[in-house]
Amino acid sequence: MNTAMNASAMTLLKTLSSSGTVRNAFPNYELDESYDEMFSSTGIPRDHYHALYRTLLELPPEELRKSQQAADLSFLHQGITFTVYDNKEGTERIFPNDLLPRIIPGEEWRKIEAGLTQRIAALNLFLKDIYHEGHILADKIIPRELVYSCRHFRREMRGLNVPRDIYVSICGSDLVRLPDGSFAVLEDNLRVPSGVSYMLANRKVLKRVFPTLFRDYGVCPIDHYTSALLAILRSLAPVNSAGQNEPSIALLTPGVFNSAYFEHTFLAQQMGIELVEGRDLLVHDNIVYMRTTSGLRRVDVIYRRVDDDFLDPITFRPDSNLGVPGLFNAYRAGNVALANAIGTGVADDKAIYAYVPSIVKYYLGEDEILPNIKTYLLTEKSELGYVLDNMDKLVIKAVGESGGYGMLIGPHSTAEQREEFRARIIAQPRNYIAQPTLALSSAPCFLDGGVEARHVDLRPYILFNGSVTLVPGGLTRVALRRGSLVVNSSQGGGSKDTWVLRREIEVD
Amino acid sequence: MLSRVAESLYWMSRYLERAQHTARLIDVDLQLRLDQSLESSTGRWLRLVEALHVPALLAGNVDATRLAHTLTFNRTNPSSIVSCIASARENLRHVREQSSSDMWEQLNRLYLQMIASPAEDEWVLRSHVLFRAVQDGAHLFQGITDSTMSHGEGWQYIQLGRFVERTDEVAALVATHFSRLSHPANQPVEGADYLDWVGLLKCCAAFEAYCKAYSAELRPIRVAEFLLLNSEFPHSIRFSVESVHAGLGRIGELTERKVTQPVRIAGRMRAALSFSQIEEIMAEGVHFYMENIRNQCTQAHAAIQQIYFDYPVESALAS
Repeated sequence: MNTAMNASAMTLLKTLSSSGTVRNAFPNYELDESYDEMFSSTGIPRDHYHALYRTLLELPPEELRKSQQAADLSFLHQGITFTVYDNKEGTERIFPNDLLPRIIPGEEWRKIEAGLTQRIAALNLFLKDIYHEGHILADKIIPRELVYSCRHFRREMRGLNVPRDIYVSICGSDLVRLPDGSFAVLEDNLRVPSGVSYMLANRKVLKRVFPTLFRDYGVCPIDHYTSALLAILRSLAPVNSAGQNEPSIALLTPGVFNSAYFEHTFLAQQMGIELVEGRDLLVHDNIVYMRTTSGLRRVDVIYRRVDDDFLDPITFRPDSNLGVPGLFNAYRAGNVALANAIGTGVADDKAIYAYVPSIVKYYLGEDEILPNIKTYLLTEKSELGYVLDNMDKLVIKAVGESGGYGMLIGPHSTAEQREEFRARIIAQPRNYIAQPTLALSSAPCFLDGGVEARHVDLRPYILFNGSVTLVPGGLTRVALRRGSLVVNSSQGGGSKDTWVLRREIEVD
Repeated sequence: MLSRVAESLYWMSRYLERAQHTARLIDVDLQLRLDQSLESSTGRWLRLVEALHVPALLAGNVDATRLAHTLTFNRTNPSSIVSCIASARENLRHVREQSSSDMWEQLNRLYLQMIASPAEDEWVLRSHVLFRAVQDGAHLFQGITDSTMSHGEGWQYIQLGRFVERTDEVAALVATHFSRLSHPANQPVEGADYLDWVGLLKCCAAFEAYCKAYSAELRPIRVAEFLLLNSEFPHSIRFSVESVHAGLGRIGELTERKVTQPVRIAGRMRAALSFSQIEEIMAEGVHFYMENIRNQCTQAHAAIQQIYFDYPVESALAS
């Protein structure tokens, strides 16, 4: 970096700090009541953002714009796209990627890691318990009917032992940062969490765009994610499998029209495992085979990216073309392992979520490290009344949905939408929960040639096989529309790289 | 290797070969047209249309440039160049994790370039550039494939697809040419017909290679010998059939299967081409001989399909 530039940047920094506003440097950067990742409430850059801030002041916007174009083009050429279902010609769009990294200091990360480790251990014990003896239900910690009425509860799993008692091998939990700067868990994704390929792809791009900055910051690497995932899958292989050598592992995808198809191919390729569709597999005598050019080959472990409902048309939805007839029986016989196990969705149900602190306490005897968001259960008469009176202030979510579908954001809703939700809630209170509208933290993004603040969340990916592997980082999702709080890719969200720092930042 | 993957690689390769072939044919025609009378260029155009299996309904009504546009860009025509490239890409997209990233990027780039191509009224002027781009793009893809993908089973299906398609295309082209144009077999071609024979060779990318072998004097018997029986030229029927046979042999070893039906069919074709003499073929009728080759090609394809891609589960469980 050029010293003259540095000096002028420092002067600018000083003027900024004294005036207490950031408008001079980035005219469109708006701070509101939410926590900003880069600036403190007085408009001074936080210590761990200093270096990025300085780079942004020095770098001509044209340069960044070029990098952005190059990045977009490289995503398009690599086919890192997701599928838009309603558009005939261009069914593939790139997942918008923002060039500015979101930076998390090492000590903050260590707390997140401890919190997530605790949480997944407890949730895994919870799943084992409710599909076996049900102690937590007998002890009346969680109402029995809440569990049994959950859409993702699978009674077929009762009494079935899964390999090594691991129900959740891969989990993606969504974290948000509250206005006081602390992290909280917004939801857990224990079924088929996606997005990890974007985490890895974003990192690859950013290393090219900011090589010096990246090196100087001392960012923790994340590239070992796929080999860690492979190790986890291997450890699930049934011991009685025919081949005593390498277990045969396959990733089951719904196929090329699935919006996460790129990710499926990417992970299969990186792990060197077979990418299969339902039609490639068949079950004979409770053994799963794949159809290869040299005949049928046994499959030991399936990393399935297909929902429970579609896995086996004999056991679950009979109209599914994506699954494999007989797969559940092979699973029950212990001849094939599935990751994640069937029926894990009960633990990420949004009403069960409200009980996670109790779950942690019950199984581990500990207080939760990462707090939950206040959640109103509409099956409780008192809470229902409060929610119906305050719909314009709350976020209302359907309990079994994901991806930002089935959601009402009170402050941004119309009276008509609220009436519609009111009717639905009264008809089926078990199907909805309410939470206060969150002021998600904001982070700098490069938009239309300038730096602006946008709301973000964070999805780290947790790998679990009794112990936890958590690659330092995750997918920071961005609500790209100004003022929007919805970060889901299906709803106009984008993503950015997340830098977890190895060491503490020294300010010069 | 998964049967579905093998099938996708095979078809990806066939579609790409077809796109390249169509591009070469139309390009050669539009170039030669500049030097020819309307009458003789129309004759050649009709043969070309026949060799490409264009439905009569389409071929009869439209003028040559419009039809060329249809053959290049029309997405409702599954054999148009754009459709073939799109199909090749779609097949590769289904098996992306089996190819190298460079392969996918190149094919994807070619596809994006083709769908962004110019409107109907202005494209003729730039058509040569466009057809070159298709061929260059496909060649680049093949080069990338050969140097970045392991030459294992998957690669063999790519080879197989290319040469099965090529055998069929060249046979169809040669058949229509020899059935429509009568010229004494052993006399040098001269005058207005000369360009038609040059055109045939160029459509097989064979003009220069032919000249090296026989000089620029074109005689039908030599042209036939070169396109059918030459063992060194990569677009000759013999070369293609030998490649199919070799690929099938290698796949048989890799999948640990004994001599299979496709190997038998390809072996028989190979033997016939190795020991045939062009005089016999000419006497029998080139057209007839080519139809025979095409039939065997169809049989070989069906046999490959049945053994590797879509076999009955009962037979696989029994063995």
